[in-house]
Amino acid sequence: MTESTFNQNLSITTLPSDRIRFLKRLWHLRLGILGAFLISCLVIAAVFTPWLAPSDPYVQDITQRLLPPAWMQDGNSNHLLGTDHLGRDILSRIMYGTRISLVVGLSAVVLQLIIGVGLGIMAGYYRGRVDSAVSFIVNAMMSFPFILLALTLVSVLGPSLQNIIIALGLTGWPVYTRVTRIETIKLNEQEFILAAHSLAYSSWRIITRHILPNMLPTLLVLSTVEVARSIIRESLLSFLGLGIQAPIPSWGVMLAEGRDYMLMQWWLAAFPGLAIFMAALGINLLGDALRDLTDPHLRKN
Amino acid sequence: MISYIIRRMFQAVAICLVISAMSFFMLFLNTDPALMLLPPEAEVADIAAFKQQMGLDRPVIIQYIDFLGRVVLHGDFGDSFVYKVPALQLIMEKFPATLRLALAAVLFINIVAIPVGVISAVKRGSFIDNIATFFALMGQAMPLYWLGIMLIIIFGVWLRWLPISGNESFAHLILPAITLGSWILPLNMRLVRSGMLDVLNKDYIRTARAKGLAEWRVLGKHAFKNAIIPLVTVIGMQLGLLLGGAVVTETVFAWPGMGQLVLDSIHMGDYPVVQAVVVVFAASVVLGNLAADIFVAFIDPRIRLN
Repeated sequence: MTESTFNQNLSITTLPSDRIRFLKRLWHLRLGILGAFLISCLVIAAVFTPWLAPSDPYVQDITQRLLPPAWMQDGNSNHLLGTDHLGRDILSRIMYGTRISLVVGLSAVVLQLIIGVGLGIMAGYYRGRVDSAVSFIVNAMMSFPFILLALTLVSVLGPSLQNIIIALGLTGWPVYTRVTRIETIKLNEQEFILAAHSLAYSSWRIITRHILPNMLPTLLVLSTVEVARSIIRESLLSFLGLGIQAPIPSWGVMLAEGRDYMLMQWWLAAFPGLAIFMAALGINLLGDALRDLTDPHLRKN
Repeated sequence: MISYIIRRMFQAVAICLVISAMSFFMLFLNTDPALMLLPPEAEVADIAAFKQQMGLDRPVIIQYIDFLGRVVLHGDFGDSFVYKVPALQLIMEKFPATLRLALAAVLFINIVAIPVGVISAVKRGSFIDNIATFFALMGQAMPLYWLGIMLIIIFGVWLRWLPISGNESFAHLILPAITLGSWILPLNMRLVRSGMLDVLNKDYIRTARAKGLAEWRVLGKHAFKNAIIPLVTVIGMQLGLLLGGAVVTETVFAWPGMGQLVLDSIHMGDYPVVQAVVVVFAASVVLGNLAADIFVAFIDPRIRLN
């Protein structure tokens, strides 16, 4: 979609006025803007939940259980998205769930970045045996279904917020290693790195001052997408009962509880899933826009 | 060619070894099998005697080599703690169901991905292309288990078109296959699209057109065949994604396959079964990759000469 509109833009030969050009640029970035909007909602919900949420996510009320969303018959305007099997307000639980999703997504990505980028740069910079060893581990990890690895890890560590982050971090790093390794190899052949070598700069200085900064745009795009993936994976582990545990309002936990009621009370499972979907979509859209903005090569095409 | 295949086979075996070791140590270092197998009121002396009898008092590395030997020589992963039958036998009972699900998903993915990918490349920027891009975007953000649940709610509960669980008939297969396939569908669609776009810019396509060949022959005979190569290579590699996705899909649809088995085993601490599934999964994924690599080397000489 973006690609085609962009080609149309290119085919216009007359110079548009600044304002039209600005509007065209906005139009070109419309998906990215939508993504940024979704993410702002997410962050606002996560930060200001205690003030924004209509009720306490843990308070149960047996008389109010399984209420449908407010716009349906029997709906109650106090519970906009209805209530669950214990009479808890679904909207409030979803809003509290944003906190968990964001914390897990961001922390897991930080962990992945530390392991993945470290190994990738080492492999690409030193080559030789280090490279073979790292590449071998990456291949082994990548040829294995993530979910089994994460499930085994969590079942060994025990399910808790901290262990979910560790499990996601330990299983998600190979992507970064793959990318940074190739980037490092490419950069290492360029003149400015050769110049740095010939000035006898230390490896540490070359890596931290010259190689790493040049990879930042790529890493930014990659880790954006990985935040979305980690959020989906956390909810998946929780859904399978090996992640965050009830009664904590993780979206995956809510989905798992809602699954038992899906035949009659669809809203229990539908809304938490929608939240995951919107969050992942927003982050992916923003990631795509960032890639278009930071990669001039792609922009020219 | 031969040396390439041999090299790749060594790599495959090495990867299997690494994964088996990982799964073995992770599970062994955490749980004490003696405590799992004996009743909770067992005396310390009994536990020690039991450990000696089972060989559990030996160094872990020796136990691993022993485990590996039994697996390689006899396919023996030990007996399930819960069902008291060989773990491998349990897996083999569940394997056909998972295989059927995975094959149905592969079929679904490529029946949709190939035509849509080709059309969106040939008619770039058209309505179909835009719709396909839109769905690809949606598909990437859609958690697969949520899609499964929504499909059940919409097609099973509201419309009552399709059964929502079990695996007796073809109709039972439709929703799980769509759920499992939707994960990989966008990927393959993009692959076919970009492969086709790539090929359409090549000189031999211009030549074919210049010869005055009918457009459908140019597309079908010259472009499509070459554009499809990247897809063929990834299908073998997607086995891992499919098996991983199957664990989730089976849970949602109560599909009695390996995915359910491994989840149940993890929950119950039945780790001979967990280990067996992990090793069988890993071996199938590695074999799938190997087959894909060898196949590509056959059809694309540039790779084997490198």
